[in-house]
Amino acid sequence: MPTSEQLKKQKQYQQYVKRITPSHSLPLNMTKAFFTGGLICTLGQWILNAAASLGADKETAGSWCSLLLILLSVILTGLNIYPEIGKFGGAGALVPITGFANSVAASAIEFQTEGQVFGIGCKIFTIAGPVILYGILSSWGLGIVYYILKLMGVIL
Amino acid sequence: MKPGIPAGTASIEFLQPVYIESAASITGQKEGQGPLGNLFDMVSEDPLFGTKTWEAAESTLQKETASLAIGKAGLTAPDIRMVFAGDLLAQTIASSFGIAEMDIPYYGLYGACSTMGEALSLGAMTVAAGYGEHVLCAASSHFATAEKEFRFPLGYGNQRPLSSTWTVTGSGACVLGSKPPVPEDQKHASPMRYKNGCAVITGITIGKLVDFGFKDSLNMGGCMAPAACSTIAQNLSDFGRTPKDYDAVFTGDLGMIGQQILLDLLSEKNIDLHSVHQDCGLMIYDNETQDTHSGGSGCGCSASVLAAAILPEIARGTWKRILFVPTGAMLSKVSYNEGESVPGIAHAVVIEHSEI
Repeated sequence: MPTSEQLKKQKQYQQYVKRITPSHSLPLNMTKAFFTGGLICTLGQWILNAAASLGADKETAGSWCSLLLILLSVILTGLNIYPEIGKFGGAGALVPITGFANSVAASAIEFQTEGQVFGIGCKIFTIAGPVILYGILSSWGLGIVYYILKLMGVIL
Repeated sequence: MKPGIPAGTASIEFLQPVYIESAASITGQKEGQGPLGNLFDMVSEDPLFGTKTWEAAESTLQKETASLAIGKAGLTAPDIRMVFAGDLLAQTIASSFGIAEMDIPYYGLYGACSTMGEALSLGAMTVAAGYGEHVLCAASSHFATAEKEFRFPLGYGNQRPLSSTWTVTGSGACVLGSKPPVPEDQKHASPMRYKNGCAVITGITIGKLVDFGFKDSLNMGGCMAPAACSTIAQNLSDFGRTPKDYDAVFTGDLGMIGQQILLDLLSEKNIDLHSVHQDCGLMIYDNETQDTHSGGSGCGCSASVLAAAILPEIARGTWKRILFVPTGAMLSKVSYNEGESVPGIAHAVVIEHSEI
């Protein structure tokens, strides 16, 4: 176990390294993320509107929107274009459904050499896995909250 | 005559020179487009090196580099008594699968990015002790295998912090021997011989693991600089030298941030390395135009730069004595996830110009 003297020194070193390490400009990154994410969502809205104008109901239009965005993301990942979008847009490219699709497709491509079962099968959700697990867990939690609020008559 | 004597507390001084009989390097395209591009023996346009997987690609890369080094020394594989080789992959599969095809007695090493220093140290000790006339030392890294091993799938879109380094796709290999490289006027002349000049290993300093409790694996310069500082200071003290006694001190892959930390840490110890320090990770890429952030990294970084850019200049006599200090960050995905810090290690090899 490091002594308190050593811990103090370690802390000083960490602060020193942090001070001299350059980092990406936060306002610039946020701007890029805003426009990248905004563009993806605008595209989604356009698909939604187009599907609705072709006579699809709200739910069907929503499905078309998700499906087409996922398809587009997977194709762009396969063509090695999505990493560039992610590099530019950061969270703007990561958070929408396209980012999720990218993380799944990228893993599938990377691990296909290790076989259909132990490669793609086991590792396809390496990055997306936590999102799926905690997504389901939090929606379950919210479901309980919803149920209680309903019993209390807060929500009809 | 003794083959070598312990110097100070962590060094060995070789009393008879260990000759570097040949050196070879092969890299990928990005390295080929860098400032040292035309110095490498071969630049492969195919990142898969004609194979189907990244791991097989790195094995092929290392095997080809090793074969090239053996050929340049005017030897064939059966002439090599043993090989010390390593890479970054789990269980060092790139080396074992690559060297397996060569049918040479093999020691696999893991020293993270310091592997070439580890290989040269062990190789030099072996030759100096008389256990082998020709010993091969090799190390390799590949951008794609390293990303897969330590970070994310290649197709995943994310932002790399400015402190991160770019793993070099490349390999360097040297044949060490007890006899000088074959001169120019003879058949199978070695490119490591310039008239009467050649490069010899005269000493080594074995690195210690240095842990400053630093946990950011995407700032490897910060993890490794304390180790480089420790080994360089140890080397100077063990051999009773000052930085002025070296024409250049080459660290492996500290990058921009690591270099600054190293110079700062050394100046705290009253050692001024500013005028002689260079970093292989800063030599191999043009950080401005090649988008490599802090610089190059990986076993292949220091190994290929040593073979392509440093050793020929020592044989020519441009530098009379240099210190080669590859640096490694000791971590795995598991240790990182379990919250362990990233200790560093650095092995130093003293290489001198020698006239025969």
